[in-house]
Amino acid sequence: MSATEGASDGWRAEGPGSLNRPRQTLENASDDRRSDSPEGLHRPHAGVGPPLLEVKNIEVVYNDVILVLRGLSLAVPQGKIVALLGANGAGKSTTLKAISGLLKTEEGEVTRGEITFDGERIDGIDPHLIVRRGIFQVMEGRRIIADMTCLENLRLGAFIRRDAEVRRDIEMVYEYFPRLKERTGLAGYLSGGEQQMLAIGRALMARPKLILMDEPSMGLSPLLVKEVFGIIRRLNEELGITILLVEQNARMALSVASHAYVMEQGKVVLDGSAAALAENEDVKEFYLGGHGTERKSFRNLKSYKRRKRWL
Amino acid sequence: MDSALLLQLTLNGLIVGALYGVVAMSFVLIYKASQVVNFAQGEFLLVGAWVCWWLLTDWQLPFWLGFLVTLAFMTAFGMILQVVVLRPLIGEPVISVIMATIGLGIFFQALMKWIFGVFAKPFPPIFHAEQVSVLGLQVQSVYLLSLGISLLIMLGFAWFFTLSKHGLAMRATAFDQQVAQSLGISVPRVFAMSWAISAMVSALAGVVVGVVNGVSSALSFYGIKVFPAVILGGLDSVVGAVLGGLIVGLLENWAQYLDANWLNWGNMYGVAPFYALILILLIKPYGLFGTKNIERV
Ligand SMILES: Nc1ncnc2c1ncn2[C@@H]1O[C@H](COP(=O)(O)OP(=O)(O)OP(=O)(O)O)[C@@H](O)[C@H]1O
Ligand SMILES: [Mg+2]
Repeated sequence: MSATEGASDGWRAEGPGSLNRPRQTLENASDDRRSDSPEGLHRPHAGVGPPLLEVKNIEVVYNDVILVLRGLSLAVPQGKIVALLGANGAGKSTTLKAISGLLKTEEGEVTRGEITFDGERIDGIDPHLIVRRGIFQVMEGRRIIADMTCLENLRLGAFIRRDAEVRRDIEMVYEYFPRLKERTGLAGYLSGGEQQMLAIGRALMARPKLILMDEPSMGLSPLLVKEVFGIIRRLNEELGITILLVEQNARMALSVASHAYVMEQGKVVLDGSAAALAENEDVKEFYLGGHGTERKSFRNLKSYKRRKRWL
Repeated sequence: MDSALLLQLTLNGLIVGALYGVVAMSFVLIYKASQVVNFAQGEFLLVGAWVCWWLLTDWQLPFWLGFLVTLAFMTAFGMILQVVVLRPLIGEPVISVIMATIGLGIFFQALMKWIFGVFAKPFPPIFHAEQVSVLGLQVQSVYLLSLGISLLIMLGFAWFFTLSKHGLAMRATAFDQQVAQSLGISVPRVFAMSWAISAMVSALAGVVVGVVNGVSSALSFYGIKVFPAVILGGLDSVVGAVLGGLIVGLLENWAQYLDANWLNWGNMYGVAPFYALILILLIKPYGLFGTKNIERV
């Protein structure tokens, strides 16, 4: 796997003359931690050609004054899972909303830089049109429609489609999430884990090329986290869906991703192959609960204690 | 005690109540989808009925054709109203939006009087059989038709909101606009659609009432009757709106029965629903079917 990872360095977008303090890029760790995932078949051309999604040096402002992203760049190649890690308030959700266009619904705006998907610029486009281009965001906190049934939620996921295969895809979702099939009541009464599954299932119904997943592990028991991540990996391998994954649970995220970015205060401060990041001392200390020697670059440790305000 | 009269009034109550229910549903449709309290709902009935009357008399169109043209016109009318008047007000204070709909109501009320005059005008006769016997009661066939149409509309709403894609999208928008957008739903389009359907359905009710009672500005009173109905039902519940409408219809007629037999206060017909409204709101402030939020995250 590490050979492919090495090649993938080719697609990484470096923000031109960025405001960033020098960004670190890690070389590959020599061990092959991801040998468990099958090679290649659904991941054609890793490192060749332009990535499916490319975010170039964007700046995001809320309410015309609050600067949240300051020159953020990242790239997601076709067929891969890419993780985006960072402390609370670093701007991870903002990054996803900038890509999906949902920023517009929160008085936010991309004021600089550009976002390209499938070779076309998508920044500034209305969110409902971006969905039609094949990007689906599974928002933080599931956001299923509580006063509808499971089935109605799934059918809504297919809102943008006109083909006749919706029924078949519902069956497919039930294959991935068998327990959803048994739930006939209102989605609001589902357990947290079931709601997360429904949120992911609803995303599948849109047949997206890229899913933006915002903290799928939030509030789930360790066992369920494992289950959900197992399914995320299967979706990527079996359906070939590209995934950009925002997570607090860095260990889990790094175990399914091939590449990862660490962001802090609106910028990427570190990126590299998932394997390399998992071995990195700073990442270990701050995200994996390891014991680094001294606290160096991750300044906003206190932000862990901050309550989440934008659920 | 005159039980035949009571039965007759009950039947009247159901027939009129079903129409109130239909208008209440179309009011709730707008309120739920776009959070606008539409004080011009009654004028939708008025405009629709006059347009249909005009097509049937001045243009001599056959009923079915005039009826369809009216519905198409009112669909466009509702949509244009939303896009031109209400859309620019999105994000403005609630009171501005309410004033705008009150203004619309007054404007169309006056416009219809100016064009068609102040006197009630009957529709050309549409059905031959005037009286039908149901359970031993003599009922005008138009009343039965009205009840049938009301039921059809209700079934249509049920289908729309549970099985059609756009109905689901409308419910999603009512629940959470950001989520709706994340699913690929265009919220402005949903708003426009809710006004279009609401105007169309109200106009349908307007034509039915017009055929029964003749067309006059009295039609816009339905827009006022809607308030006790929807508040009884709980403002954001479509089912509640239907039941609220039926309750108001029945109350009016039973109150009239009481009044005629014992009280002799006069005018109970119009006032009773509002008394009932006050009583019910004292007991259940969110109405009989107001939203119970599901608290589970
Ligand atoms: N709609 C908004 N209006 C104003 N400021 C906002 C808005 N949304 C987010 N912010 C601010 O932007 C910053 C980044 O928020 P964001 O939600 O992107 O962080 P995050 O990395 O997703 O954090 P978490 O891990 O807690 O979800 C925060 O300081 C937050 O206060
Ligand atoms: Mg977040």
